[in-house]
Amino acid sequence: MTLNMFVQHFINALGLGSLYGLIAVGYTMVYGILRLINFAHGDIFMLGAYFVYFTTVVFKLPWLLGVGISIIGVTVCGLLVDRIAYRPLRNAPRISALISAIGVSFFIENLAIVVFSGIPRPVVQPPLLMKPIVVGQVRLIPLGLMVPVISFFLVGVLLWMVYKTKPGLAMRSISFDIETTRLMGVSVDRIIALTFALGSALAAVAGILWALRYPRVEPFMGIFPGFKAFIAAVFGGIGSIPGAMVGGIILGFVEIMSIAFFPHLSGYKDAFAFVLLIFILLIKPTGLMGEKLEDKI
Amino acid sequence: MLEIRGLNVKYGAIHAVRDVCLSIGKGEIVTLIGANGAGKSSTIRAIMGLTRCTAETLSFTPPGQPPLDLQGRPAEERVKMGIALSPEGRRILPHLTVEENLYLGAYSRDDTDGIEEDLEHAYALFPRLKERRSQKGGTLSGGEQQMLALARALMSRPSLLMLDEPSLGLAPFLVEEVFDIIQTINREGRTILLVEQNAFAALNIAHKAYVLEVGAVAIEGRGEDLLKDPRVQAAYLGG
Repeated sequence: MTLNMFVQHFINALGLGSLYGLIAVGYTMVYGILRLINFAHGDIFMLGAYFVYFTTVVFKLPWLLGVGISIIGVTVCGLLVDRIAYRPLRNAPRISALISAIGVSFFIENLAIVVFSGIPRPVVQPPLLMKPIVVGQVRLIPLGLMVPVISFFLVGVLLWMVYKTKPGLAMRSISFDIETTRLMGVSVDRIIALTFALGSALAAVAGILWALRYPRVEPFMGIFPGFKAFIAAVFGGIGSIPGAMVGGIILGFVEIMSIAFFPHLSGYKDAFAFVLLIFILLIKPTGLMGEKLEDKI
Repeated sequence: MLEIRGLNVKYGAIHAVRDVCLSIGKGEIVTLIGANGAGKSSTIRAIMGLTRCTAETLSFTPPGQPPLDLQGRPAEERVKMGIALSPEGRRILPHLTVEENLYLGAYSRDDTDGIEEDLEHAYALFPRLKERRSQKGGTLSGGEQQMLALARALMSRPSLLMLDEPSLGLAPFLVEEVFDIIQTINREGRTILLVEQNAFAALNIAHKAYVLEVGAVAIEGRGEDLLKDPRVQAAYLGG
């Protein structure tokens, strides 16, 4: 393998991994607070890709404007999912919310087929981001470098919010004891909505970057990245934000590198994630950085 | 400050609180005593808005303001109005530091300077919390956790502070300390509603007391009168 090829694979793996991580963070935050696996999260990611397709390709808006509208639009969708499908079930058994989550996921996918049609659409990549930078014998595409940089930056901002701001304090408190958090004067529903908003905004960014990186959109594009991001979240330790990012990166490297070194395995590409999942569940069920889940007192 | 008429709490078929009437004046220490399951906790949870209830009157009068009806307001709004509850079992957030627990108590407030001032005041009142400010709440001893729960409830600057079993599970010398602190807090101008199983200690410091039996008020009167009441002595003070 030449240096050029290795660097390409490395950047690809980092990019794919950080996109998994960006989606996984949304799963892990909602799980941390509500003990709910938000199965609709992958479809929220898909909406991010469609929003950017419609704003920039169909309506030909400037890039930054299109991206801004997409993030806001997807965040609103995420908030609606919480308000309509999960909030009425807040005091219901946990399994009810889980079933509701699966229902929402099917609903968004099929609604997308009706509204967008099932035909895959091409996304136009901005030429500026595709012009290779040549360093020695290595050719780098700016878009490929941008993906991990943006992802890590956003997760850094998120960590700052969770650990250094007042709403972040409330989030960490809710994840342990909802009733006591209410006693402290926290409007719990508002903090949960904020959690969904943040998770959806990150999924939107992941969807946008995905649509640029693998330039096409289709209604079922969220299913596999969604599954894999969920696996990344479990692998990293569900409930832990850094864990979700680490899990995503590891998954990205496993997928890209195993095919890079063993090209005849490429048919099994989507299976690696599940092998990784079974492996971690056998060895350390709480994930790499997950804490032991204590029962609430 | 707090007027309750005809308060009822039902959990399914269980009628936990029956037609309870309470009246708490500004600056008083009022105690609710009674056996396990008498409806003490349900009563204060209803006042806080954590438990569904029905009532003819449930009105709270913040100092210098007209009375407000509490019914239909969520707990977080009642905190803003000036009611705080230090819950049974302390409910410290074990994965947050002592200081984070205290800041969480001030969540309903926006006056940064006032919060810092109250934090210093809390540390003055409970010096051990200052020593342990950056330790996780879960690493504190039972007595320290009770101090933290009290300090945290004070951080919202409540005019009415409700305490649910603050002496539960504490060593006797700590029980005494907790009751001393409750009196100090009261002298600083806060009204206190105290739920206790330790009837003797509670009646000793209370201006007014209510004895609950199977969800209804059985006896009410001044704390010192109830200490001498033969019915109370027989049932709650060990003869």
